[in-house]
Amino acid sequence: MVNAGEEERPDLMRFGVVVFPGTWSDCDFHYVISEVLRQPVKYVWHRDRNLDDLDCVILPGGFSYGDYLRAGAVAGRSPVVEALGGFIDRGGHVLGSCNGFQILCEAGLLPGALMRNECLQYRCQSTHLVVDNVDTPFTRGMRPGQILGMPISHGEGKYYCDVATLAQLKRNNRVVFRYATADGQVTRAANPNGSLENIAGIVSEAGTVLGLMPHPERAAERTMGGTDGLLIFQSLLGSLVEDGSFLKR
Amino acid sequence: MKIRVLVRLKPGILDVQGAAVKRALVGLGFPDVADLRVGKMIEVDVDAPSEAQARSRADEMCRKLLANPVLEDYTIE
Repeated sequence: MVNAGEEERPDLMRFGVVVFPGTWSDCDFHYVISEVLRQPVKYVWHRDRNLDDLDCVILPGGFSYGDYLRAGAVAGRSPVVEALGGFIDRGGHVLGSCNGFQILCEAGLLPGALMRNECLQYRCQSTHLVVDNVDTPFTRGMRPGQILGMPISHGEGKYYCDVATLAQLKRNNRVVFRYATADGQVTRAANPNGSLENIAGIVSEAGTVLGLMPHPERAAERTMGGTDGLLIFQSLLGSLVEDGSFLKR
Repeated sequence: MKIRVLVRLKPGILDVQGAAVKRALVGLGFPDVADLRVGKMIEVDVDAPSEAQARSRADEMCRKLLANPVLEDYTIE
């Protein structure tokens, strides 16, 4: 059923939004996917292991299992996250934002870890991100060096990895987003949490798993202050139907 | 059997929490605090027939959940 004035869009991708006890961005992601992008989406409970009918799994922000012990530690060993390995091997895409990024690192699906912000404060603010790699399914609709506005909201978002891992990430162009100034300068002052080399988001070796601390779902409508977060979804949807021929804006 | 696990940040990793506590101590009249690092002590009561087995279970727990190998080292007491 399509309401007057709303365009009908084909179903391009089936999304699943994972809900852990303590997740808080699940409804926002669900809303953006169903109401803004008009794609099929369902909630996936943390105990579910069956991801067969999905193309993209979202791990939203929040405080999964209270973030006790370490942020994302318990969730990183939950049934749904254990099922992600097989899902990724079958060609599925995974997007983890905020707590979702922490969970992906804790689960070993992305390298490194997210530590307490260097400033020791919980940071809830707008940030600018510069796009470093546009050859991923999540960024192919962007221009290299494009500056995106997206909010962050976290206390433990300082990306850390050892020197060898960092070199490998850079060599394989896996750093996707870095915190920057409004004109795209990657400076210490633009780094809200002390992340290594201003890293805000990275992808897996195959590029099908994205982890980022900022919240794309909170930058998806003009009334919310910006729509740059939508570019991630639009890249994803475009890459799936027009692989290699996605029109760059 | 009670096992104590100490989890701490690897040497060389900046401990912002420890730095904040150190600053507080210096402000409270302890300028002699040269360095301070904060870690976690986890007490686990394990059902095991021997100490060796309890320690081996605790080691498994550390590898599976209690410590993050990217950031932390652990010792079992």
